[in-house]
Amino acid sequence: MAQDSGTRTLISHAQLRRGRGKVIYWTLLAVVVVGFTLVFLGPLYWMVTGALKSGQEIAQTPPSLFPKDPQSQNYADAWNNLNLAKLLFNTFYYAAGALLFQLVLDTAAAYALSKLRPVFGNVILGLMLATLMIPAMVLIVPQYVTVIDLPILHINLLDSPFAIWLPAVANAFNIFLLKRFFDSIPEELMAAALMDGATPLRTLWSIILPMSRPILGVVSIFAVTAVWKDFLWPKLVMPSPETRTVSVGIYAFSGGTPMNVVVAASVIAAIPTVIVFLIFQRNIMSGLTTGSLKG
Amino acid sequence: MAITTVAGTKREPGRPASPYPAGPRRRTSLGRKVRDNLTGHAFLIGAVICFGFFSWYPMIRGVVMSFQRTRRGVTTWVGWDNYDRIIADPSFWTAWKNTFYFTILALVLGYAVPFLVAILLNEFRHAKGYLRILVYLPVMLPPASALFLFKFYAYDPGDAGLFNSVLKALHLPTSQWMQSPEMTMPAMVIASTWMNMGGAVLIYLAALQNIPGELYEAAELDGAGIWRRIRHVTIPQTRLILVLLAMLQIVATMQFFIEPLILANGTGAEDSATSVAYLIYQHGFFQNDLNGAAALGVIMLVVLAGFSAVYVRLSSRQD
Repeated sequence: MAQDSGTRTLISHAQLRRGRGKVIYWTLLAVVVVGFTLVFLGPLYWMVTGALKSGQEIAQTPPSLFPKDPQSQNYADAWNNLNLAKLLFNTFYYAAGALLFQLVLDTAAAYALSKLRPVFGNVILGLMLATLMIPAMVLIVPQYVTVIDLPILHINLLDSPFAIWLPAVANAFNIFLLKRFFDSIPEELMAAALMDGATPLRTLWSIILPMSRPILGVVSIFAVTAVWKDFLWPKLVMPSPETRTVSVGIYAFSGGTPMNVVVAASVIAAIPTVIVFLIFQRNIMSGLTTGSLKG
Repeated sequence: MAITTVAGTKREPGRPASPYPAGPRRRTSLGRKVRDNLTGHAFLIGAVICFGFFSWYPMIRGVVMSFQRTRRGVTTWVGWDNYDRIIADPSFWTAWKNTFYFTILALVLGYAVPFLVAILLNEFRHAKGYLRILVYLPVMLPPASALFLFKFYAYDPGDAGLFNSVLKALHLPTSQWMQSPEMTMPAMVIASTWMNMGGAVLIYLAALQNIPGELYEAAELDGAGIWRRIRHVTIPQTRLILVLLAMLQIVATMQFFIEPLILANGTGAEDSATSVAYLIYQHGFFQNDLNGAAALGVIMLVVLAGFSAVYVRLSSRQD
């Protein structure tokens, strides 16, 4: 129950345990717990139950707190009319591929930049980090033009999953996270592996990667949720109804579909990321904060 | 997100030379050196190709495109024509006005609130994990899902909407939300803050946990109250992260796009929602004016870069 972090914060423990401080502390805690539940969980509750209401019930005033006659019809309609199974599969496929490409190529690049350090490595790292400064919206048009006619190769990537997978690799933030983590791995381990005659690939596979599970977990979660949440880029490069992602598919249908069905579809689209979050919340939290950089 | 980097700075180890050419094999031949470098670049090549095609090349291409015009497959240099056309568009100034308004509102709401929430959460000894999960949960929703929730249920202009029913229950005046040009921006900022504040809260929490407890103790012994402790200990100790997050947030919010697209069908009542990012999309993919859109992108880049430069100068001068 009590989670005593042991460190001193703004207000001392002693002050919070005594008389007035104790009362204020518990009152404030109760207010915050209730308030946050209402603010952050309330809308989600409204969303899930609202989509269970009939068109009539959702329009009534005052609105009902519980659906009077819960009907799963909206969810069934959303699933069937929007072809959600296909949309979810597409999104999953893009996310899994982006994850795979990033894990292989970004890890290899971060390993080279951190441990192998070839000539011009720092220049390449600098150029990669420079892309963090470029706002995504600025690049959207030239990126689109590039994808419809890839320079040199003259390939059109529209409606091809590579249009999502390959740009996902150009993620300087993830490379940076990985490199920082690899930097913290002692050089002696590398030297020892070298003495034993291990090749760089072998060292990466048998020494670096097993030590880097926490950061690989964080990067994986970032990679998957980024694809799942992305909207404009998949909307542009996956124009066909068969290749759409779930967010884009729901948007495309939102005009001519009853709003309860749209919300039901939105609920279904959100379930996978919420589940990922609830399972991996510890990794996500630590990845966002300090944990990802601990050795 | 970039804060992770700041939080970890102190753990940055020294950079001894690469172990490969070092150690007992110091007397490396030229051939060996070349081979080591080739191996290194072989590991890099995949990512470098992706950066080349999808980041570096488009960056240059965007600038080049903004000075060209492609008609019926023929590309010609047109000087500043695209810029002139884009600036002459009556939506141009509206979009910039809206974008600045959104950014400032989002800063007022989305910047102070997460910091205060983090300070509050950091004081609690109970329910910490639960509260953190709650705050971060909306960040994990696909933005389209969250915005449909706001559009259809929260911002229903009738009395059946979530916000209007709450306002009514509290005997406050209800609002037309997205139907009213005055409320469009605040409504979009509320939705955007709800969706995005979790990340900032967690980053601030991590920063707060790094403040040495002795500082608070010393301040308390000197008779400093809670507010003075926040002002003279908490804020100075987290200044770096406060400064960095403000900048990241401004750059991110100035590119807002999906909020007007879904909540306001793009432009909103009386053009009250049009953003610069939406205008780029509109020009490029509806009016079939990719060159004009590229020019607008370059203008946006210049504005954001100029802003960042001024900001970095101002915030470093205070030191």
